[in-house]
Amino acid sequence: MEITFYIAAFVAIISTAMVITQLNPVHALLYLIVSLLSVALIFFLLGAPFAAALEVLIYAGAIMVLFVFVVMMLNLGEKSIVQENRWLTPNMWIGPGILSFILLIELIYVLEKENSLLSSAGMVEPQQVGRALFGPYLLAAELAAMLLLAGLVGAYHLGRREQEEDPE
Amino acid sequence: MISIPLEHGLYLAAALFLLGLMGILGRRNLIFMLMSLEIMLNATGLAFIVAGARWGEAEGQIFFMLILTLAAAEVAIGLALILLIYRHFGTLDADRISEMRG
Repeated sequence: MEITFYIAAFVAIISTAMVITQLNPVHALLYLIVSLLSVALIFFLLGAPFAAALEVLIYAGAIMVLFVFVVMMLNLGEKSIVQENRWLTPNMWIGPGILSFILLIELIYVLEKENSLLSSAGMVEPQQVGRALFGPYLLAAELAAMLLLAGLVGAYHLGRREQEEDPE
Repeated sequence: MISIPLEHGLYLAAALFLLGLMGILGRRNLIFMLMSLEIMLNATGLAFIVAGARWGEAEGQIFFMLILTLAAAEVAIGLALILLIYRHFGTLDADRISEMRG
């Protein structure tokens, strides 16, 4: 039962080590997604299903898609077609595929065998997190909202194409 | 709920944090440096979750959510800055854009 934690930790460390040693940004992004998924599985095993869902949705979903968009915007030109042909070869996705297959096996095992995992004591339920977040930590939630708004406006302002010259 | 020792979870968080630190110090591409920053933030969140699971409190997940919003805002700004730098300098090499003369 505890072996699931150690396998997921092993997958996380391997994929993170692959992230910082890859040369191609897209390869590194694939490994980073696998690393985040394994950390999400660890959250689930530790009794934090709400954090696991947030990790998959926001980290592995939204933030990584942002990275992919920027990598796509940076790799313009006819060089990218050759590159895309190279990306379709199996040595790009065979490593992340194997690692995420290990995670899938583990997830199926957890969902099948350990049915009592979802109802045991020691799990911090999403309801409890929500009560605490909108009770004593309401000010922190407001601050996070203002931070996100500032990030949105700032990213829009920085990413906007500036005018050629100001008619001044 | 499984009984992982507190130290093992923290060892994993420390290992991921060190890998991210090595990535920041070792790589010279700005995209990879931002990804390593994400790894470090994620390792910090893992440490919070491990501590929250150890004492069965919801505060660990709340701080993880705060770290998550921080990471989202930081990535949005950072990627916009990377696009701006690439437009100005034509490169993402951190050594070649080290002179910020404005």
